[in-house]
Amino acid sequence: MLKTRIIPALLLRDVSLVKTVKFRKPSYIGDPINTVRIFNELEVDELIFLDIEATMKNRKPNLRILNEIANECFMPLAYGGGISDFETACDIFKIGFEKVVLNAAFHTHPKVIEQIARHFGNQAVVASVDVKKNFWGNYEVFTHSGSKNSKKNPVEWCKQLEEMGAGEILLTSIDKEGTWSGFDVELTRKVSEAVGIPLIAHGGAGSKDHITQIVHEGKASAVALGSIVVYQQKGMGVLVNFPCNNLLT
Amino acid sequence: MITIVNYGMGNLGSVFNMFKRIGVEAQIVDRPEDLLSARKILLPGVGAFDNAMKRINEGGFFEVLNNKALVEKVPVLGICLGMQLLTRGSEEGTLPGLGWIPADTIRFPYQNGLKVPHMGWNLVHPSSPSLITLNLPEDPKFYFVHSYKVHVDNESDSILKCHYGIDFDAAVQHDNIFGAQFHPEKSHKYGMRLLENFARI
Repeated sequence: MLKTRIIPALLLRDVSLVKTVKFRKPSYIGDPINTVRIFNELEVDELIFLDIEATMKNRKPNLRILNEIANECFMPLAYGGGISDFETACDIFKIGFEKVVLNAAFHTHPKVIEQIARHFGNQAVVASVDVKKNFWGNYEVFTHSGSKNSKKNPVEWCKQLEEMGAGEILLTSIDKEGTWSGFDVELTRKVSEAVGIPLIAHGGAGSKDHITQIVHEGKASAVALGSIVVYQQKGMGVLVNFPCNNLLT
Repeated sequence: MITIVNYGMGNLGSVFNMFKRIGVEAQIVDRPEDLLSARKILLPGVGAFDNAMKRINEGGFFEVLNNKALVEKVPVLGICLGMQLLTRGSEEGTLPGLGWIPADTIRFPYQNGLKVPHMGWNLVHPSSPSLITLNLPEDPKFYFVHSYKVHVDNESDSILKCHYGIDFDAAVQHDNIFGAQFHPEKSHKYGMRLLENFARI
C-alpha cells in the first residue's frame, strides 16, 4: 500500500531558513543544514526547498547550500526558486536532488520545461501553483512569491501544466499559508479531480486532523507542511519536529 | 569498490553520497575504458528508456558492460530506470534493452483512478531470497517513482514484490544481475541496508 507522503516544505532566503505568513513577513528559523539533519534523523518521507526570493531578485539557486543539503539527506529532495533555464536544472539534478519545482517558468519558459521533462522525465518536474481568492471569491494563480497575478484559473491552469510536462503539482493556498487554520479543501479537491498527476496540498496545516482531512476530503495525493514542522505551536518559538510519522497509511 | 556508471542519466550524486555515508568505496566513471577493471557495477538511471539506451550505445558502453555482466559475471545492480534497462525492452521506447534478465518493461495500467507515476513510499515483501535483501529492517519500505514496471518471465527472478493497483516486481535477481525499481539511495535505513548488502556480495 502506497503511503501518503507528508513533506516538510522549507523556505530558503538564500542561506537562511525562514517561515512566512500568507507569503509575507519572513521570520528567521535557522540554519538549513542543521534543520535537514534533524529531518533526516526523523526519517521524513521527502523534503521540498523553496527559495522565496530567487526569482524576485533574478538570482540563481545557491548550489553550495543545496549541495550541503544533499550530502545530509537520504530521502527524495525537491528544489524550487530561480530556475528558468535547462542548465540550472541540470546542476540541481547533478547535486542529488531528483525534482525541480518551477512556477514562473511555466508561464514564461514553456520550452525549457519541455526540455527538462524530456531529459529527466515528467516525474522530475513539479509545477508550483500559488493561489489566492480575489475580492469576488474567485481563485486566481499568482507567481513571483505571490506578487504577480496571472489572472489564470487554477483548475484550467493545472490541466495545462499536466500537458506541458508537469509530473506533479504543488498547490499552495496563499490565503492559508502560515495561518495554522487548515488547508483549502475546496481548492485542493477541485484541482485534484481535474488532473491525472499527483497533487501536493500546501498551506494552512495546523493539526493532524487538517492533514487527514485534506487527504480524505481534498483528495490530495501528498501533503506539504510548513509552520507545524518548524514551530512548537502557533505563536511560539522554533522547534524542528515531525509529528506525522505513520499518521497516514 | 563499486563502480557507478555515468552514461549521462541519473542521480549519481545521491548514490555516491549514500555509499560514502555507509563507508563503502565508490567511484563514478564516465568513460567505457574506466569500466574494464570494475569488480562491481551500479547502473543508475532516471529519465526515458530510449534516451538511456542511446547514450549507452553511442557512448560505447554497451560492449564493455555486456562483457562485464555476462562473461566476467561481476555483480551488477540497476536502479530505477537502470533496472528497466536490464530487460529486453520497454513499452516506453523502441530500442532493445540490455536483455540480461528475461523480463519486459511495461506501462502501469490506468485503473481505479490510480495516479501514474507510482510515486512515494511503498511497502515491499520478499518473493524469493536474495543476498541484497538480507536483514532488511522490519516492514521494509522504499521510495518509488516510475510509470513503467518490470515483469519477469520466471517468478524465481522476482525477489521483492510491491503492490500498487496490482502486484509488481520491485526488485529482481537473475544470477549476478540485480535490479531495484525503487531508489535505495533515497530510502533512509532501508536503502542503506540494501546497498550495504550489495557491497558485501
